[in-house]
Amino acid sequence: MTYIAKPKLHHPGLPKNALGFTHRDYEGRISTLCAGCGHDSISAALIQACFELDLEPHRVAKLSGIGCSSKTPDYFLGQSHGFNSVHGRMPSVLTGANLANRDLIYLGVSGDGDSASIGLGQFAHCVRRGVNMLYICENNGVYGLTKGQFSATADKGSKSKAGGTNADSAIDLVSLALVLGATFVARSFSGDKHQLVPLIKAGLAHQGAAVLDVISPCVQFNNHAGSTKSFDYVREHNEAMNRIDVIPAREEIKVDFEPGTTEVVRQHDGSYLKLAKLHRDYDPTDRAAAMAHLQARQAAGEVVTGLLYVDPEPEDLHTHLGTVTTPLNRMGEKELCPGAAALAEVNAGYR
Amino acid sequence: MSSVIAEGLSAKTARRPGMKPTDTTDPNYFHKVVDCQWACPAHTPVPEYIRLIAAGRYSDAYMINWKSNVFPGVLGRTCDRPCEPACRRGRVEEQPVAICRLKRVAADSKDDIRDRLPKPSREKNGKRVALIGAGPASLTVARDLLPLGYHVTIYDQDPFAGGMMRTQIPKFRLPETVLDEECGYILGLEPETKFGSKITSLKSVLDQDYDAIFVGCGAPRGRELEIPGRQDAKDNIHIGIDWLSSVSFGHTTAIGKRVIVLGGGNTAMDCCRTSRRLGGEDVKVVVRSGFEEMKASPWEKDDAMSEGIPILNFLVPKEFTHKDGKLTGVLFEKVKAERDAKGRRNLVPTGEPDQHIECDDVLVAVGQENAFPWIERDIGLDFDKWDMPVVDSVTFQSTNPKVFFGGDAAFGPKNIIWAVAHGHAAAVSIDLMCNGHDVKVRPADPNTLASQKMGIHEWSYDNDVSLDLRFKVPHAPSELTLRDVNMEVELGFTKELGFKEAQRCLNCDVETVFEKNLCIECDACVDICPVDCITFTPNDPEDELRTHLTATATNKTQDLYVSDYLKTGRVMVKDEDVCLHCGLCAERCPTGAWDMQKFYLETAQACGR
Repeated sequence: MTYIAKPKLHHPGLPKNALGFTHRDYEGRISTLCAGCGHDSISAALIQACFELDLEPHRVAKLSGIGCSSKTPDYFLGQSHGFNSVHGRMPSVLTGANLANRDLIYLGVSGDGDSASIGLGQFAHCVRRGVNMLYICENNGVYGLTKGQFSATADKGSKSKAGGTNADSAIDLVSLALVLGATFVARSFSGDKHQLVPLIKAGLAHQGAAVLDVISPCVQFNNHAGSTKSFDYVREHNEAMNRIDVIPAREEIKVDFEPGTTEVVRQHDGSYLKLAKLHRDYDPTDRAAAMAHLQARQAAGEVVTGLLYVDPEPEDLHTHLGTVTTPLNRMGEKELCPGAAALAEVNAGYR
Repeated sequence: MSSVIAEGLSAKTARRPGMKPTDTTDPNYFHKVVDCQWACPAHTPVPEYIRLIAAGRYSDAYMINWKSNVFPGVLGRTCDRPCEPACRRGRVEEQPVAICRLKRVAADSKDDIRDRLPKPSREKNGKRVALIGAGPASLTVARDLLPLGYHVTIYDQDPFAGGMMRTQIPKFRLPETVLDEECGYILGLEPETKFGSKITSLKSVLDQDYDAIFVGCGAPRGRELEIPGRQDAKDNIHIGIDWLSSVSFGHTTAIGKRVIVLGGGNTAMDCCRTSRRLGGEDVKVVVRSGFEEMKASPWEKDDAMSEGIPILNFLVPKEFTHKDGKLTGVLFEKVKAERDAKGRRNLVPTGEPDQHIECDDVLVAVGQENAFPWIERDIGLDFDKWDMPVVDSVTFQSTNPKVFFGGDAAFGPKNIIWAVAHGHAAAVSIDLMCNGHDVKVRPADPNTLASQKMGIHEWSYDNDVSLDLRFKVPHAPSELTLRDVNMEVELGFTKELGFKEAQRCLNCDVETVFEKNLCIECDACVDICPVDCITFTPNDPEDELRTHLTATATNKTQDLYVSDYLKTGRVMVKDEDVCLHCGLCAERCPTGAWDMQKFYLETAQACGR
C-alpha cells in the first residue's frame, strides 16, 4: 500500500471538460489494492469516462458490495455519492436508491465473488427488472482477498496459483445478462482502456440495465501460466467484436464509412454509438444472434469483448412500475402519505 | 489529452518503427533530467545538498557545494542562479525552489568544517603555476592544483584575495567575513601570494619559466559614456565598478543627495543601493530601453525598488549638464521600441521634448569590457578581431599552450559561478598538460546510479511532494540597513524556513528507471502518475509521438524516455518534462519494472584525479 497521498500538482497542460474540471478532479483517494491490480485500471477508466462525459460528480451514485472490486469506489469520484453495502446485496440497495431518486446516475461496482457467487440471485433480479444503471463486474476469476481460491467465473480447466485445476463450470455473466434481458451487455479488459473507456461512457448513457463485465487480472493470485484471466492469456485470446465511439447528443454525427464495417446506434438520450465492426457478421442489436455467436466464439477459446448487445430503446424499472417522473425523494409527506381516505380508495380498487 | 488513453493492442500487434530506445547508460541522459545541476555551469549536485539541508546535515551539504563551486557562502548570496529558471518545480507550479538561498542555509548553519578541507601538500610535484588575478576563477584553479603538489603563485593588484567579489559586490549583499572565510580556505592551502602588485607584462611572467600561467584578471574596465559634458563635469561622474571598488576599500564614503545611475545591469543595482547608504536620498536608475529588457536579475531590481529607488525607462542620455564646472543634471531623449521591417527591435525617438533630471552625482554602469594592454602581441598568443584572446571553450587554453584564461577574462563578463566552472576546467587542462597528456582528452565525470528502495513502499528519500509555495527570505528592516553600507540586508532562511523550502525540491536526481523485461503492461504506473507523463503506445517518430501521449509533450527541451519494444509490440514513453519524481509509478508497479535510482554526478576535477 502506498503511504503518501497522490500529489495535487498536475500536468500544466491538462484539458478541462465543459464543467471546467480536469480528469484529476474525478479522482478519489489513493488505492489500497495490490500494486498492478487490474481494478485500478478500471477505476482510471471510470475517471476518464466521467471526465469525458462532463458528468457532475454529485449526480453520480456509486454502490458496491464486498471484495477487492467493491473497495474501488473509494478510489474514484471522491465527490460523488457512495454506498458500500453488504456482500452480494449491492443490487438491492441500488434498486432501492434508484426507486427513491431516479435522477441520479447509478454505478454498481461488483466483483465475480460478489456478483456470481453470494450475490448471483440479486444480480439476476436487478438485471431482469431493468434497473437503470451501469453494473460493472470487475472479474478476476479468483478470491483474491482470501488468497486465491477459484471463484464462480473461473474457467473449467484453468489452474490456480497453488497448482489446482478447476473442475467446475464457469458462470459467464455476459451470457447470463443476455438471458436475463439486460438491454446493454458488454465485455472488456482492464488492460485495454482504448476499448474500456468508450464502453463505460456508453453504459453510463444507456437508460436501462447495462452490464459490463471487465476481465481484470489479479496480479497476486491469478496472473500465472494456466490462468485464463491473466494479462498474457487475455491479450492472446482477446477477440473484439467491435470498437465503439460514443458521440454525445449535442454533436452532429458524420457518417462516412463503408457499409457493413460501421454501424451507428442511436441511444435513447440522443447520443450515438458509432461501432467499428471487427466481425462483419456480428449484429449487436440482435439478442438471439448475439447469443449464438458468443457461444460459438467462446467455444473456440476466444475471449469475446466489445459491445455485445444493445437495445436502442430500452425500458427501465420506472417504466415498468409506471412511477411518476418526479423522484420520490423530492416529494413531501403529503404526496407520499396521502392519508387514510386515499388508502381506502386504493383498497376499494382491489375489491 | 486525447480521449484515447493508449491504443490497446493485442499481443499479435506488429512493432511499428519509431524512436530508438533511450540509452540511459549515457550519463548525460539522467544528468539532463536534473535540470538544476545541468543548468549550473559548475554542475553542483543540487538535489543532493538540498536533501542534506532538510536532514539538518548542513556541513555535509556545505562540503558538496564547496567541492563543486568553491564559494558556497558567497554564491548563496550573490549567484546569478541559472539553476532556478531551469528548476522543474517552476514548471509544475508558480515558482522554482529557492536553490540559491538554500545554499546559504548550508553555509550559515554548518559547523567548523576546516578539518574536512584538503591540507597543504607536503610533497611538491615540482611544477610551478602562476595565476594572474585573485578572483573566483584563479582561486578555483589554486584550490584544485595546490593539493596535488603544484607550486602556485597568485598575483593581484589589490592587497586582498577575492577579486570582483570583494571590489564590486557591496558588503550589504556579501559580508566581508563570508568572503574572507572562503578565500581563507584556499589561502590555507599555502599558495605563494603576490598581492598589491600589478602585472604590466605577460612576457615578464612567461620569462619566469612557469609551467603554466592562468589569466583570471576579470573584465576590469567599466565602459565609458562619452556624451557632451562628460569631461566638464567629470568630478561628479563616476564609473560604476571603479566607484564600487573605492567604496569597498573605504576610499569613498559619501555621495550627493541626488544621484542618477545610468544602466540596467546588476552593477547598476549595486550602485544605486550603495548610493542610498552613502547619503543619496533621491536616487534614480535610468535605462535606455524598457524595464523588461534590463539585464539585472529580477530580484535585484525588486530589492532596489523596495529601497525607494525608481527605475525610469526608455530614456537615452544625451548630455551631462553643468554649471561652473559642476554637474547639474542629465538631459535625456525620450524613445520608444519599434520593430523594423526585419523584425529587429530599435529604439526610436518619440518626438517628445527632452527630459532633464537634476542631480549631484552620476554613476555610469553601462557595461564592462576586457582590456589586455599588458599582454604583448608577439608571444604566440593570438587575439581575435574584437581584440580578445583566442581561447578554447573546453580547455581554456590560449594559442600559447602555456597560457590559459578563465572567468570574465576568457569570454567577457559573466558571473562568479561561470568563473568557478572555468577555473575547474582550466585546472584540469593545466594538470593534464603538466603530466604530458593531451589537454583535449577530457576525463569523464564520475557518476553513480543506485536504487533508493528500502522496503515495499519505502525509499531512502522523502517522496511526499510538498505543496508549499516558495518562501521569502526575511530581510533586516530597511530603517537599519539604509543607514549602514556594511549591514547585510538579507537575513537568510532560518533553519525552520530552510527545511520547508528544502522540502519543495522534487528530488529530480532520483530517476525513474524502467526495466522493460520486467513490465507486464498492467497500466498501474499510467493510472497513478499525478502528472500524466507515462504512456504505453505503438512507437512513432519523436514529433508524432509527442502529440499522442497521455498528456501532449510540448516542451521539446525535455527528453522522451523510450523503452525497447514490449510484449504487445508497444513501447513505454515517459515525458521527463513535469515528472514529480514522487516514485508512485515504482510504488504501484507490481514487478519492479520501475525503480527509483539516485543519479549522482560530480564534474571531473584536477584534484579528484
